[in-house]
Amino acid sequence: MDATDRLIVNELQGGFPVADRPFAEAATLLGIDEDDLIERVKRLCDHGTLSRFGPLYNAERLGGAVTLAALKVPAADFQRIAAAVNAHPEVAHNYAREDDLNMWFVIATETPERIAEVIADIEAETGLRIYDMPKIEEFYVGLRFQL
Amino acid sequence: MSTNAATYVPDDADRRLIKATQVGLPLCRQPYHALAEALGLEPPDVQARLRRMLANGVIRRIGAVPNHYALGFRANGMSVWDVPDDAVADVGSRIGALDFVSHGYCRPRHPPEWPYNLYAMVHGRDRGEVEKKIETIARLLGPRDRGHKVLYSTHILKKTGLRLVD
Repeated sequence: MDATDRLIVNELQGGFPVADRPFAEAATLLGIDEDDLIERVKRLCDHGTLSRFGPLYNAERLGGAVTLAALKVPAADFQRIAAAVNAHPEVAHNYAREDDLNMWFVIATETPERIAEVIADIEAETGLRIYDMPKIEEFYVGLRFQL
Repeated sequence: MSTNAATYVPDDADRRLIKATQVGLPLCRQPYHALAEALGLEPPDVQARLRRMLANGVIRRIGAVPNHYALGFRANGMSVWDVPDDAVADVGSRIGALDFVSHGYCRPRHPPEWPYNLYAMVHGRDRGEVEKKIETIARLLGPRDRGHKVLYSTHILKKTGLRLVD
């Protein structure tokens, strides 16, 4: 990763144009060549430096729902419970964290009603109580993540 | 609870466009033309739909989605804070304005064991860097910080894009 790659990661986290030749427009602003930009973005995606390059959708604006859920999982049972949770297609991200509440995952569904069903299913499958942490308010954070 | 505005109702073409782009844009000179061809739409129609969804907040932004881990930000601390309910909106906005906070939310408490109502995700190259950033937040909160802790992630158990349309 060189200075140009860092420039791309820092400056192109938003604002990519909707236009006939968007890479050409973005490349001009970055002071690089259109094809060079395309090749670099491809490489950054292939290497996993970027998770993806494209639109970031807001599920809730489409009528979907999202919540953050946490479980207290006994250490001996961790792998089995993780597999049971992850088997649900509605579970988007799942992180092990250091705390009594040691498993934290995001449930994203196409309807608000479906959240409660997924929670009930996971509680029935695991025998554990889910701590449901839906967002009450989201605080604006800018784009950044500067290198 | 978390409705910002009226829900946008995507039509069939929108749904197909969302499905085609939620894993990323085609990486070529004319990505919107490529999408139009793949979906049987006209390029100006694809662009108009994307602009409309941007304007409506259905699309938060278009661009590079960095992978923090791959970029060397290996310490990921979810900081949780117990702040007075009447202060959470004010301090939440200020914490969101800090350039090292990637997400900020108010979430419900689960008393007595979980008194925390403010969440701020902090990334750093190592835990020492995260701890310094946590101290900055604590200073900003002052006496409104009635208790906090940091939950570090130890493993990513699952990570997929949010699948909006199946």
